[in-house]
Amino acid sequence: MAFATESDPTANNRPVKISIKNVFKVFGERPEQALRLLSAGKTKAEIHAATGCTIGVNNASFDVLAGEIFVIMGLSGSGKSTMLRLINRLIEPTTGSIEIERRDVARMPRSELIELRRHDISMVFQSFALLPNRTVIDNAAFGLEVAGISETERKQRARAALQAVGLDGYDDSRPDQLSGGMKQRVGLARALAGEASVLLMDEAFSALDPLIRTEMQDELVRLQAEHSRTIVFVSHDLDEAIRIGDRICIMQNGEVVQVGTPDEIVLKPANDYVRSFFRNVDVSRVFRAGDVARKTQVTIIERQGVSAAAALERMEHFNRDVAIILGRDKTYHGMVSRTSLIETARDGAGHSYRRAFLPDIEPIPASESLSTVLGTVAASTFPVPVIDEANRYLGSISKSALLETLDRTA
Amino acid sequence: MTFDIGDGVDSAVNYVLDNFAPLLDLIAAAIGAVTNSIQALLLAMPMSVGLAIFVLLSLWRVGFGFAALAGLSLFLVDHMGLWSAMMETLSLVLASTLVAILIGLPLGIAMARSDRVAAIVRPVLDLMQTMPAFVYLIPAAMFFGLGAVPGTIATVIFSMPPVVRLTNLGIRQVHVEFIEAGNAFGCTALQLLCKVQLPNAMPSLMAGINQTIMLSLSMVVIASMIGAGGIGNTVLTGIQRLDVGTGFEGGLAVVILAVVLDRLTQSFGKERASPWRSLFRRQVYQPEVSTATA
Repeated sequence: MAFATESDPTANNRPVKISIKNVFKVFGERPEQALRLLSAGKTKAEIHAATGCTIGVNNASFDVLAGEIFVIMGLSGSGKSTMLRLINRLIEPTTGSIEIERRDVARMPRSELIELRRHDISMVFQSFALLPNRTVIDNAAFGLEVAGISETERKQRARAALQAVGLDGYDDSRPDQLSGGMKQRVGLARALAGEASVLLMDEAFSALDPLIRTEMQDELVRLQAEHSRTIVFVSHDLDEAIRIGDRICIMQNGEVVQVGTPDEIVLKPANDYVRSFFRNVDVSRVFRAGDVARKTQVTIIERQGVSAAAALERMEHFNRDVAIILGRDKTYHGMVSRTSLIETARDGAGHSYRRAFLPDIEPIPASESLSTVLGTVAASTFPVPVIDEANRYLGSISKSALLETLDRTA
Repeated sequence: MTFDIGDGVDSAVNYVLDNFAPLLDLIAAAIGAVTNSIQALLLAMPMSVGLAIFVLLSLWRVGFGFAALAGLSLFLVDHMGLWSAMMETLSLVLASTLVAILIGLPLGIAMARSDRVAAIVRPVLDLMQTMPAFVYLIPAAMFFGLGAVPGTIATVIFSMPPVVRLTNLGIRQVHVEFIEAGNAFGCTALQLLCKVQLPNAMPSLMAGINQTIMLSLSMVVIASMIGAGGIGNTVLTGIQRLDVGTGFEGGLAVVILAVVLDRLTQSFGKERASPWRSLFRRQVYQPEVSTATA
């Protein structure tokens, strides 16, 4: 059931922006010894008992492509936040290389690292990390201030960033006067103000209530559409990952278990750990109309000489109430029911299907997510046809097929 | 077998006296300059101006009630004839606090940055705080003679520990996400200190300064024994003459000064707005709360 999505990053040859190769992070006093034990196949518990060290990240390798939203997912303690902090070296890697546009962050001198952090990478934090002694505008301008940009210019740029995240007129407020969602808008503005090409987001929306969280996710996707950045987003919430992620990287016990598009993760989970994430995921967000459409309805190719009588004959043979009328090139023309065919035949227009088309049936595009078509299918008396972008008929969704899909992962 | 530590200390003090006289003179000159200029300023100020400054500060930082109380009690001090003695004491307190902050703040920052420095400095601070205050008077008088300068120096030693300790504590307690944010946006070590750590450690830092002021006030009275002057002299006269009345007047003046200084310095550590404070502060624009939508 493979299908192309518009956000399949491997399809459009984006260059690699961040390249993580064989990265290990050992916390503790004796990392070399811990690494030796690790390569000898000892478990984390054994290594901890022997050396007192904990393995934060265990041999992680993956690429993040330019302009994609790359979500790192895992339970707490899986090393996802550590992995994120290795990218801008808030945490020093033990071994391995972390390259941003072929520059190795892990080995660059401190001065170069500071320049990189000022201009190329910014970060958004889970608990916002807004400095309480600064006003909103001064918080948003913090990165620019540190980089030594003049007051008038940095205020101007910070104000533009605040406007971009929809937070006008709060310039002189203090962070503690704002709601959680507004605080994170300031956090986002601070990260955007420096126009860094890489944005690291550490559970950025987890502290917000669900409604605001969805709003912020949409906001992020909108900002990304306006001005493409490379975003590495850490989350523990698969719904969020699927909603915003172009690709998802699943981490378990410090190891990268699977990297793939949301569809690949859901349809071909690498192991039970990955599967456990969507035991309670909303499948209607994962699946698209095209995934659920079945070719179980009677189809009739519309051409000269095929009469309504022949169609009725076929529908009776297959014991169906409705039939889909297609063109020769399989394009969708309309849907008829036995009743509508009989009524138009009685009116004496027997050779035209067009007048028998059911008026209320609107075909659904295959790329539509299941959650958006749920209502349409539920309200329709008949199965709802699904078409691709070239108007070709792909199948239809009946209520029973829909229920079966929703039930299957429960 | 007995160790004669006292002899050792004696010879150490003598060694310093013999070999570091120019250094001691330099220190004395520097501290003398600070103490004397503050003292000259405060003593030159007419009582009415001094009183007005105290009342206005109280009004701004604390509130109307406290301003009234401070005004009345300071007026009482003047009526006991102790105003200039109190100003002398205040100048010693201010000078020693200034010196204590100049030394203590960098020391506290160094402790916060390095566990090794902290491990070395902490027992020294314990010693400075627990050694009976009178003991400092002897070497201070030997090194620097009698008067305000050795008084200030003895006071600095006794009162410096809180500002060091609380600077260290305040910086260490700054939330790790603030530090991460500072680093993530490319702060240098100095920028991190000035823009993130110190502003966020401010309440703790101010508590340290408050404690230092309180300790120096108590020490300044003791330092009158080596001729530091101020209200301490009044108290000392009371003791020498077994004159309860004079002693009590001096004690009351110290208490009044202590209360006023304590409340004023405490107020700088917290964001407590008195009803009058808005007059002195830039208005903050508070828009009506609405959820911004895209």
